[in-house]
Amino acid sequence: MDGGIWVVGEIRGEKIEPVTLELLTRARDLCKRISSPLTAVLIGVDVEDHAGECMRFGAKKVIVVQDKVFSPFSETIYGRVFADLAKRWRPDIILSGATERAKAFMPISATLLETGLTANCMGLDVEPDTRTLLQTRPAYGGNLMATIVCRKAHPQMATVRPGVFKARPVEGDVGGEVEAIELPDSILDNPFILEGFEEKAEAQGVPDYKNAKVVITAGRGVAEPGWIQSLQELAELMGGVLGATRPVVDMELLPRYAQIGQTGQIVSPRLYVGFGVSGAAPHTMGIQGAKIIVAINKDASAPIFNLATYGIQGDAKEIIPILVDRIKQEKGIN
Amino acid sequence: MNIIVCIKQVPATDSVRFDPERGTLIREGIQAEINPYDLFALEAGVALKERYGGKVAVISMGPPQAEEAIRDAISRGADQGILLSDRAFAGSDTLATSYILSMAINRLGAWDLVICGKQTTDGDTAQVGPGLSARLGATCVTCVEEIELVEEGVLRIKRRLEEGTYTITASLPMVLTIEYGANTPRLPSLRGKMQAKKSSVQVLTAEDIGADPKKIGLSGSPTEVSSTYVPEFKGSRETISGSPEEQVDVLVRIFREAGVL
Repeated sequence: MDGGIWVVGEIRGEKIEPVTLELLTRARDLCKRISSPLTAVLIGVDVEDHAGECMRFGAKKVIVVQDKVFSPFSETIYGRVFADLAKRWRPDIILSGATERAKAFMPISATLLETGLTANCMGLDVEPDTRTLLQTRPAYGGNLMATIVCRKAHPQMATVRPGVFKARPVEGDVGGEVEAIELPDSILDNPFILEGFEEKAEAQGVPDYKNAKVVITAGRGVAEPGWIQSLQELAELMGGVLGATRPVVDMELLPRYAQIGQTGQIVSPRLYVGFGVSGAAPHTMGIQGAKIIVAINKDASAPIFNLATYGIQGDAKEIIPILVDRIKQEKGIN
Repeated sequence: MNIIVCIKQVPATDSVRFDPERGTLIREGIQAEINPYDLFALEAGVALKERYGGKVAVISMGPPQAEEAIRDAISRGADQGILLSDRAFAGSDTLATSYILSMAINRLGAWDLVICGKQTTDGDTAQVGPGLSARLGATCVTCVEEIELVEEGVLRIKRRLEEGTYTITASLPMVLTIEYGANTPRLPSLRGKMQAKKSSVQVLTAEDIGADPKKIGLSGSPTEVSSTYVPEFKGSRETISGSPEEQVDVLVRIFREAGVL
């Protein structure tokens, strides 16, 4: 048994997902604090070539399980394989990105291992003495952050939101060992027959919300076509995107894809500005990754002020025209 | 097809308010509703039944008042309701919840398909559905948008992952979790409401389902909350005052410092 921290790599198409590198970066700091080895685990049809990249971000060992059975993606198969590997090597901690795939197979692994799993973490730390993973995640739409621990069972497992940690390659020499593993005998055939795949219709006028640096959001307080238009202009001037809360989308002032929140776009911009947004839990769930949150709302008790870095208690409609003019000036547009 | 739909009663998201001083939920005035994600699971189940025959049983774990959610589900087309209610279930995390649901489902007799919502609006983990599939030893498919029966015991499923939509076929029994917006959930019908009124909801306890006391509730839940805090972004919740012009001056400075101008 060598314990340590495992980061479950995700390879989609030919590319390693950024969240894998983000987690390796965070995990190597945690490993230092508890003097533990860092291992990346790659499973899939053709994943071995990504082992070097995992080492560049801190993995000292890369466990590779390669087999045709992993396509098409089946959470049942992945879940069983990871549970099997974890039983064999007994890591202390298993981390993965909170992606659709991992959110499907990590619970299967955790259940087979009879251990805890914390979803959508936004903070990770360790207690050095006990090697307890401190897993911080939002509750009630981010109005509350809860730190979850799993002291009663092992391994400690968590999925982590993409974009929370910054990926940094290791400075200086890197290297490590690759261990290729045969598929465990317990794994039977893939339960799925793939009949077709339709690539996500790429951005037919749909802005890239996920990677936007600036997100301007229209709330109920500005739910009129004229104000939406002004905010659209503002978003464009600032090189950002315009989003909306659910009521605004329900009123068909903006397309459904513009809805920001738990059931819509999850954003993590450098700057979020909410105009007339009250900040109901489902909406704030989608903006917790923002570095700076500016809220403008008439109602001083609007919950968004609990999250805001900067707040203006006032009428967004008075601010918008002045702000648009000032930004035009800044940009040298008249 | 014998279909089981798992639902949860959650606080209505619009009614959730929060005391920032004390860092607690304000329990007064909270209304309960079926988890919005679960309405898509229920609709998927009822639509399959209408198309291919069979029945839909709705199962929920919760306090006695969760019976309302089950009756609501019956009014939307479910045939039968089972409530798993016992003080011993309180404090169950997703591992314990999937165990409790699986013990109950194993007692319901033969089933073909278990359908869950993708996640709940209160817990937001998306873990119970896949966990339940592991307990039941059935194939799991998450992020499901469309389901049809190809032949006896075989479903064709469209599932959406980040990069696109996959069409797959797989054999029953299966556990599916349904994507938000996958269909248009029906409203309760008048006939449904009458049905809901006269239906008897079966209430089962830990003992009734033969649950191991060590695997349920707090003692069966490996995860625990060690602390909570009210997030303060950068710890500097600053109020910008002054006239609108002055406020805009400050905003422009903030935007510039953030490097977005």
